[in-house]
Amino acid sequence: MQPHSHNFKANASHALKNKNLQSALSQMKVGFIERRQTAVDDMPEFEELRDQARDLKNHTLANLDFYLERYEQKATEAGGHVHWAATAAEARKIILDICESVDAKNVTKGKSMISEEIALNDAIEAAGLNVVETDLGEYIVQLRKEPPSHIIAPAVHVLRSEVEDAFREEHKHLADERRLTEPSDLLNEARQVLRQKYMEAEVGITGANFLIAETGSSVIVTNEGNGDLTQTLAKVHIVIASIEKVVPTLEDASSILRVLARSATGQDFSSYTTFSTGPRRPEDLDGPEQYHVVILDNGRSELLGGEFQDALRCIRCGACMNHCPVYHAVGGHSYGWVYPGPIGSVLTPTFLGVEEAGHLPNASTFCGRCESVCPMRIPLPKMMRHYRVKEYENGLSPPSVRAGLDIWGFFARRPSLYRMASRLGSFALRVMGGKRGRADSLPLAGGWTDHRDMPIPTGPTFQDQWSARGGRRRPSR
Amino acid sequence: MSGSREQILGRIRSNLTQAAGPLRETPEVLEKRTIAHERGIRPSRVDKDAAGLVDLFVQRAEKVNATVARIASIDDIPDALATYLANENLPAAFRMSDNPDLNAVPWDKRPALEITKGASDGKDEVGLSRAVGGVAETGTLILASGKESPTSLNFLPETHVVMVKRSEIEGTYEDGWDMVRAKGALSRAVNFITGPSRTGDIEQTIYLGAHGPRRLHILLVDDA
Ligand code: SF4
Repeated sequence: MQPHSHNFKANASHALKNKNLQSALSQMKVGFIERRQTAVDDMPEFEELRDQARDLKNHTLANLDFYLERYEQKATEAGGHVHWAATAAEARKIILDICESVDAKNVTKGKSMISEEIALNDAIEAAGLNVVETDLGEYIVQLRKEPPSHIIAPAVHVLRSEVEDAFREEHKHLADERRLTEPSDLLNEARQVLRQKYMEAEVGITGANFLIAETGSSVIVTNEGNGDLTQTLAKVHIVIASIEKVVPTLEDASSILRVLARSATGQDFSSYTTFSTGPRRPEDLDGPEQYHVVILDNGRSELLGGEFQDALRCIRCGACMNHCPVYHAVGGHSYGWVYPGPIGSVLTPTFLGVEEAGHLPNASTFCGRCESVCPMRIPLPKMMRHYRVKEYENGLSPPSVRAGLDIWGFFARRPSLYRMASRLGSFALRVMGGKRGRADSLPLAGGWTDHRDMPIPTGPTFQDQWSARGGRRRPSR
Repeated sequence: MSGSREQILGRIRSNLTQAAGPLRETPEVLEKRTIAHERGIRPSRVDKDAAGLVDLFVQRAEKVNATVARIASIDDIPDALATYLANENLPAAFRMSDNPDLNAVPWDKRPALEITKGASDGKDEVGLSRAVGGVAETGTLILASGKESPTSLNFLPETHVVMVKRSEIEGTYEDGWDMVRAKGALSRAVNFITGPSRTGDIEQTIYLGAHGPRRLHILLVDDA
């Protein structure tokens, strides 16, 4: 998809005014958080499991060359074809070439964020083929011609009534009197339509939650079973996976799986976890005749050994966005590209550059909830801070922000001036706030006071209180 | 594209060697780790004897909307299955995998049951499969594809019935992998199945039967 992350501010204020979106977001806010907590409480070893998952992935990343080569060797021995794609364009070409080689007309897809990253659907359609998303949420957003707004719940921003509208618009066979108001009606309708698609498709494309070096297997985790139908019924199964998906053994994947579903949907385990190894065997009664894996780099290898390597531990569970107050307020589309929420604020500038996406790391209150729930213990706030520094250093922050920071910096380096200025400021605010103790307009703070009152400081400044209570100053050097 | 392969691996190698932290290991060490099947933390919820594990398996499976019938011996399967199908208002017909244990069931006890075998074409309402085993920690069934267990049977029928023996219920996924490995070469598809198909994609409310089976019924046969 065409990124529009540079418009974050405009996107966000648009989102805040969108009633349907706000009502959908208010539903997700509680559900995900409560379910995760219940699942975590039911697993006393959860914190140790997180440490273990982090360590395991760190080990794998530090030895990624070995494990990728081992994976390739094993997948090939099992009869699979492994393709390497340095860029998104290369990955698209590999996939289109495979489709062409089997004269494919219809392609089904399981959910894959990487396919969004490389804008695969557009490429397949441009080549004149039909492509259908089979995950219900992805199918809904495909019908609505919009990108997913969440990495595990693509249609989290859509209300039930809007799903009905989308179905009526696209499913021309639907009679007007056919009831579609109940979720079960919608589910049945989607089930019927998609059944047909699985059967027709020559090529089924899925992502992978893991690649296993020991066995050459790819792993998908789903609740619906759509990924399994996609990869079992088509003649050709193509897996698209990025380099950091590999783990050493089946045991290692099992360990990480223990934190995945609990963090993502708050389930103990997802309904279907499937380990696929190569194409149909001679004695098999079903399964694809060809099995391809496209291993995508797209800039990831550059992160190894650097300050953003930790981001490659991400297992795309979505917990960071489920717990993010900014995501709750503005939804996933505001972030303007494929990966929203805290992990998106780290990945998007990495993939698209600070020029396009340097604003995103500012979309954070630094409350730290993302890091506190991330099963892979990725230091997301620290990474966003890195980007803020970069944005500032590259001169990309808006002039008002730079001027503000410069002024603040001037005072911060002169402690006695700083104390005086903050006393003065606090006094001035008290005068403006009057008896109400709130100000409804303040010079230079329209962005805040247009929407809500500014509370007024009620007592002496922090520094004055600190010294009044006998707090010590930092010893001067 | 082989150019890209070398380019990607080259970049990985050079970035990792430059950073060369303490985690970077020699190929010999990594080789050993890859084949050692070392296990991680074992959840304490599986610290139980065999009977306790079976109870945990049943409890966890039921929690995710599977139904479980405990059956004394394989001779009782025809009655149990016929009753289940009648209770659920399903036709007395199913497709089953061509598996020696399922073939050994005395089906002629219920001659009205109409049985077909093999992979599903999507028209079967009920499928009957044989699991490699069950994992107590989350009430998970393990099915491995092969001529005795077509994968399509696990996903296409609206009702999926799976037979597993008590002695095949183990504690963790890792125990499950040992059972899978004991059967020989790794199957093309190994399915870990935990409850019936579901979706939360309409307003985050869970509904059963998205694309796969709406019902998962487990025939737990007592062979101990
Ligand atoms: S950053 Fe952490 S919490 Fe966010 S999606 Fe990745 S693994 Fe999940």
